[in-house]
Amino acid sequence: MISHISINTLLLLVMLIAVLWTVMGRSLLKATIGLALTSAVVTILMFRLNSPLAAVFELSVCTGLITVVFVSTISLTKPLTNKEIVELSKERNKRFGYLPILLIVISIALTFIRIRNNIIIPPVTTPELDVRRVMWDMRQLDMLGQIIVVIIGALGVVILFEERRRDEW
Amino acid sequence: MLSLLILVPLIGIVILNLSARAPARRLAFWFALLIFISQILLAACRHPVLWNVEMKQIDTFFKVSLSMDQISFIMLLCIGIVSIASLLVARHTIYDEKELFKFVNLLIITSIGMNGIVLVKDIFTLYIFLEITALASFVLIALEKDRNAIEGSFKYLILSAIATIMLLTSIALLFMVSGSTSFEAIRQALNLANNNIILFAIGLFVCGLAIKGGLVPFHAWVPDAYSSAPAAVSVLLGGIVTKTVGIYTLIRLLIAVFGFDPSLKTILLALGALSIVFGALAAIGQNDMKRMLAYSSISQVGYIILGFGCGTFLGIAGAIFHIFNHSIFKSLLFVNSAAVETRLGTTDMNKMGGLSSKMPITGTTSVIGMLSAAGVPPLAGFWSKLMIIVALWQSGSKTYSFIAIMASVITLAYLLIMQRKVFFGKLSIENENIDEARIGISTASIMLAVIIIGSGVFFPLVFNKFIAPIQELIIR
Repeated sequence: MISHISINTLLLLVMLIAVLWTVMGRSLLKATIGLALTSAVVTILMFRLNSPLAAVFELSVCTGLITVVFVSTISLTKPLTNKEIVELSKERNKRFGYLPILLIVISIALTFIRIRNNIIIPPVTTPELDVRRVMWDMRQLDMLGQIIVVIIGALGVVILFEERRRDEW
Repeated sequence: MLSLLILVPLIGIVILNLSARAPARRLAFWFALLIFISQILLAACRHPVLWNVEMKQIDTFFKVSLSMDQISFIMLLCIGIVSIASLLVARHTIYDEKELFKFVNLLIITSIGMNGIVLVKDIFTLYIFLEITALASFVLIALEKDRNAIEGSFKYLILSAIATIMLLTSIALLFMVSGSTSFEAIRQALNLANNNIILFAIGLFVCGLAIKGGLVPFHAWVPDAYSSAPAAVSVLLGGIVTKTVGIYTLIRLLIAVFGFDPSLKTILLALGALSIVFGALAAIGQNDMKRMLAYSSISQVGYIILGFGCGTFLGIAGAIFHIFNHSIFKSLLFVNSAAVETRLGTTDMNKMGGLSSKMPITGTTSVIGMLSAAGVPPLAGFWSKLMIIVALWQSGSKTYSFIAIMASVITLAYLLIMQRKVFFGKLSIENENIDEARIGISTASIMLAVIIIGSGVFFPLVFNKFIAPIQELIIR
């Protein structure tokens, strides 16, 4: 029987693979999918760690909304040729090829280092709260802030990429 | 009432964008001007009747800790003034109506972000407004979409992302310790618990804010971002954005949440001195006017941190007053740079000279800005620097006091070099036909110069009305 810890470790491994795929991949579109996959795994981890509110935000904003913004932006940019992609990929592997090894070494080191547990953990209250209550009664200003961030994202895409498609530079 | 400072501009943007036709685009400029003037008037008069107006429905909705104090008034005033200067410069430097409309939208959003930073009393909400301001700034820097602008914006984006990771990690740790994200709850929890995790969290937060504020050694993005941004954006960034996002937030959190630790004071004093000296020395070697002003900003931010690092009332008051003064004189110098750039098409100081005969308003106001930046009496910059130096001396940091005085001399030197290269000397033949800057830019220059002279000459009044009340916050 697989314990809770094993499942979480497995999820963390999947997340690491997704992250590496995002960073090292050749295509921007695939990188976006990798990022969405990373967010999806983080969402599952948050649910498993009894943080449904954070999980809902992660799922709706990072996995959903941000992916849509990225895909729309990519659709407005000029795609690279296969030759350019291969060249860029070689260059990237040369510069960042050490990243997977570094990540594995750090992960192993962190697994074996025991951090002294002297943090005062507050009583967990979030599961008792309704998601809607937290979002609309307790964190309204944060919600408004998120809306403004989305507006900036939309404005940014319009301002920075609209003319690029027209001029194709 | 406080929530209106965020809601009114936001609703305005939404309405204007619903119908982004020509009349709405033209209206956007006047709408922005109106909200910034209203903000200045409200912050300057500080009448309790105005600030305590109850708006039941809205206030019920926004029950998340928004509040005002003496420092908030000063910051709101700075945000309003610099935003107006930036808006006026944009009107005469961004020629396409659609581009101007986009700029105005982003300017209003940036001001919403900064107002939020000044008003919130919750560390996570503070983080959200920091991100709003930073995101709008990335787009603003890249507005002209040329290679340098994109590069400057990208550098800012990457370093800001690193700062964001630090801030979020710190917030998570503080939440673990206190079980809440409100300033008050965290402060109480920190008083009870004192361990290495807390120190680590505070250290991360301070480093994150130092990156956002452009302090040495976290300053790498500042010169590129300031110099590659459009003229109006440089005014905004150099004048107020980095000061609110990095420096004000640092001051606010140390006063209201983290408190002054002796080791933290030492770090702040060292960071401040390093920024002052490095910024001033780097500024001397620059040939680009905007780049020189960017390094000058790093140096001036060092003064603010040095004053704040004293931890005494005089030091903190001097730091807050220097934030105000720096906002005004640095905005003025960037407005002057915009005026020159619009007429000559370059900011390379080697291609300038003798411009004050052709641009008397720009030349004269630039001398006022320069003298205030160098701390020459009786201009406003002199008083804030004096307060900081006296505070350093009184608190026993005589070496830092000496560094501050010497750096002031270097400041005067590089600003005199700028004046000589740009406004004095012989006018070159190719610049003989240039005129004074357009009326909007000249108006912004005159407005800022008048504020510098006024707040310097009437310093006792300014001190009693705006600076002295800060003492209540520090004692509390």
